[in-house]
Amino acid sequence: MSIIEVKNLVKKFGDLTAVNGISFDVARGEIFAFLGPNGAGKTTTIKMLTTLLAPTSGEIFLDGKNPVRDEAAARRSFGIVFQDPSLDDELTALENMEFHAVLYKVPKDVRGKRIEELMRFVELWDRRNDLVKAFSGGMKRRLEIARGLLHHPKILFLDEPTTGLDPQTRNHVWSYIQNLNREEQITVFFTTHYIEEADRSATRVAVMDHGAIVAQGTPADLKRETGSELLEDAFIKLTGYDIRKESNDGASRMRTHAKVWGRR
Amino acid sequence: MSTIYILWLRQLKRYFRSKARMIGSIGQPVLFLVALGFGFGPIFQRAGGGNYLEFLAPGVIAMGILFTAVFMGIEIIWDKQFGFLKETLVAPVSRMSIMLGRTLGGATVALAQGILVFLIAWAIGFRPSFSLFLVAFVFMIMIAVLFTGIGTAIASVVDDMQGFPLIMNFLVMPTFFLSGALFPLRGLPEAITIVARLDPLSYGIDGLRAALVPGSLQFGFWMDFWVLGGFTLFILLVGAYLFSKIEI
Repeated sequence: MSIIEVKNLVKKFGDLTAVNGISFDVARGEIFAFLGPNGAGKTTTIKMLTTLLAPTSGEIFLDGKNPVRDEAAARRSFGIVFQDPSLDDELTALENMEFHAVLYKVPKDVRGKRIEELMRFVELWDRRNDLVKAFSGGMKRRLEIARGLLHHPKILFLDEPTTGLDPQTRNHVWSYIQNLNREEQITVFFTTHYIEEADRSATRVAVMDHGAIVAQGTPADLKRETGSELLEDAFIKLTGYDIRKESNDGASRMRTHAKVWGRR
Repeated sequence: MSTIYILWLRQLKRYFRSKARMIGSIGQPVLFLVALGFGFGPIFQRAGGGNYLEFLAPGVIAMGILFTAVFMGIEIIWDKQFGFLKETLVAPVSRMSIMLGRTLGGATVALAQGILVFLIAWAIGFRPSFSLFLVAFVFMIMIAVLFTGIGTAIASVVDDMQGFPLIMNFLVMPTFFLSGALFPLRGLPEAITIVARLDPLSYGIDGLRAALVPGSLQFGFWMDFWVLGGFTLFILLVGAYLFSKIEI
């Protein structure tokens, strides 16, 4: 049985159709890569899957639960690492982890141990009592990943988890994720612009462009269909060479504004 | 329960860590107490109003609570912009408990702010009666919860801080100035009287003042209590509904 089922999913923002009737299934225990150029609709799709946005039409089932009708049950089935930062800058690294552990109901007896293990894993344990606002971009990213792996959900959504990390850390993170997938049977659904990550780790890939899925299959399938040696070449052949425009949304505008004027 | 607690704790930690913010937010109430208290004191006395500082202090205490509370509620907009809100919104807990935790945390901070203003007022000569202090405390709590709730409700539907001056100038300032915090609601033009009667803070200040300064009651204790309590409950329900509908 599929753990994620999506049928004819559509999301419109006014005149703009961000997601245009996509359908796909992810089997339990898979590592599923969701690829596409900027603005293809990947993040919008993830937001709908994770109850942050209501679809215009279409159906979603996460572990059999509908995120629109049964939000709470759907939320219990997944964890997510967001594309944008979502840490509390005014709390310490450890406090961010503890906050998450309580909110995501990590059992008390494993809480402390798992927090330490993950913070050591991303090499932030020594900095655990520092405020997050003192961290560099890469450190924040690592903390965010550690936090996302803290509770072991059935489905783990990773929206460009490794963006901004060096190859060493990326490797490190991926081996942890693969391990988690093997040992805990956690289904991983991720997006990335590092296509070789999908080539190496994904059991199946969907390629999205302009709100629609243009190809689906194993990395080997896609390479064969397009006659490419690398998945990256297959990706370019499927989506073309044009560079995409990305709209500047309210959140990023605000962040720039805050940087210029200082917070508060 | 643990959800409410951890969100409550977060609000407190954030606030008490920022000393600049704490000091900054008592500047205004102190200025009101000193400038208005001493400035208008003689005239108020001559007009037969009695001791103005005694009259003014409960109003300024309420003001300290009001401003901090609204700001604590509005803070959700920042969390939206800086992404932290997403972390809480997809958590496997009810949004109702998230909203309650945040609101209670904000209200606790606002209450602490009110107590701080109270101590400052005491230091510059405000000598209230302590016999009904518990009643005063209850009114302070209700004012804190009500206005944190209003801030939360607004922040649930507003996406950026551009609207913040609008909220301050068209909601918070009128709520304060027309509430009877600075002048008695007696013998005023009809229009002002009506507005003041519709302002929930009027009832909060009336109850608070009457508890601290015996004999200053205007509406009646129970009326103050029920109107303020009713408003607070209503706002919490509206806030919880709007918060549960947030999309990012």
